[in-house]
Amino acid sequence: MAFEEKEKDLQENFASLGFDLKSLVRSKKLVIDYVYIERSEIEETGEYDLEGLFVRLSSAIDSVGAKRVVLDTIEALFSGLSNQSILRAELRRLFRWLKDRGVTAIVTGEKGDSLLTKHGLEEYVADCVICLDHRVIDQIATRRLKIVKYRGSRHGTNEFPFLIGESGISVFPLTSLLLSSASSSGRITSGIKNLDVMLGEKGYYRGSSILVSGSPGSGKTSFGAQFVDSACRGGQRALFFAFEESEGQLSRNMKNIGMDLKKWTDKGLLKVIANRATLCGLEMHLVMAHNAVREVKPSVVVIDPITTLVGAGTLDEPKAMMARLLDFLKNEGITVLATDLTTLGDRGEATEIGISSLCDTWIRLSMETHDYKRMRRISIIKSRGMRHAYETKELIITSTGLEIKDITGVREGSK
Amino acid sequence: MKKNAYNLVLYVAGTTPKSVEAFANLKKICDEHLKGQYTIKVVDLLKNPKLAKGDQIVAIPTLVRKLPPPLKKIIGDLSNKERVLVGLNIIN
Repeated sequence: MAFEEKEKDLQENFASLGFDLKSLVRSKKLVIDYVYIERSEIEETGEYDLEGLFVRLSSAIDSVGAKRVVLDTIEALFSGLSNQSILRAELRRLFRWLKDRGVTAIVTGEKGDSLLTKHGLEEYVADCVICLDHRVIDQIATRRLKIVKYRGSRHGTNEFPFLIGESGISVFPLTSLLLSSASSSGRITSGIKNLDVMLGEKGYYRGSSILVSGSPGSGKTSFGAQFVDSACRGGQRALFFAFEESEGQLSRNMKNIGMDLKKWTDKGLLKVIANRATLCGLEMHLVMAHNAVREVKPSVVVIDPITTLVGAGTLDEPKAMMARLLDFLKNEGITVLATDLTTLGDRGEATEIGISSLCDTWIRLSMETHDYKRMRRISIIKSRGMRHAYETKELIITSTGLEIKDITGVREGSK
Repeated sequence: MKKNAYNLVLYVAGTTPKSVEAFANLKKICDEHLKGQYTIKVVDLLKNPKLAKGDQIVAIPTLVRKLPPPLKKIIGDLSNKERVLVGLNIIN
């Protein structure tokens, strides 16, 4: 029952969210009743009740055998009718009546100044009160949802970001994640033969998280692409979040080094999601990542680079957010490779937001100058639960992908 | 004014004291002020729930003045004669 939007408007607006109200109405799953009250057309004299509303609701419920009822902005009654005491008594009766009918009712109302809703609707309903909020912090807008109360349940008390997308509303219950992911002892190839050898001969653990940090130009994106490429080669699905390059740019660049990413995209094995990190808040990125993962069901995910997301965060806790993202992927049994830009000059060990401690494997790429020649270096700083190589090796980007070689002819410096 | 110039519909939901009173009040007012110029139709929404949507009925009892235009609605038991007359544009 809509008090603000006409049936036609509702149908049109919901179509953009992927809900086809028209066909639901046609197949008698849904009935929409638009209630229009205009104070200037109505004169009030003496006692009345809202039995008309009850009759309409009742006949609507019966006509489709409805189990769920939505009263959208029922507060419009307060601006349409002037007798507040009648309205309040009738609303109380209405909500009791809905309960007796055994329907689940969602009642929306505008936020009030001192009360939760303008007219204190929560006093009458209130089995569960959910507060939606839209805030802009540092020019980044995020919708949030909070369960204020929910009788007879243990509910999360935090604010959760939510997203209104093409397939409706999605919430990412960020804090409900525990470190409970089942650990796999299966392995997955890094896509780089000699690197697998460095990683205890077999590659990464399936479902683990890998951090690849490095200075600009050290080959991080190529490294991530190689991982995705090899997964797709093995018929696995992959998801690539590109925060610095467009999909076209990425696939062109990778083609030059022997990886045909477009082929995998065309086959439906790979999905590249290219967004600027500043497009929306960090929380929203997480929700979007969450949705993409649910949709694509990948076995490997690459986030390139994870550090740009930090700039998108409006909270002081980007690390906690990263942890949630990585934990979520882990819980899904997905192997995630995140790249991280370390600025030149720092020792690399203190990665900006300390995500390294969240990752199971940490690989560092660097550039070194020897005899006026820049060379890429790769070393494994840590890799939980496996014997890995300690030597720094040379990483070469060739026209057929990445290769690792022992360093010959150059003397190792401090590293 | 010509005959049946006032086309009035009174929406009720069952025979409740309020609706009985509203009808009695209305009849009295009409007989006093609109003798021979009106028709009253009573619609019981319990029998015809679908009719509530058409005239956007929310409150009961609701009196709808279909004619003469514009459409007018008066809700309540019609106990305040002055307001009913104003509402029906019989007096200003």
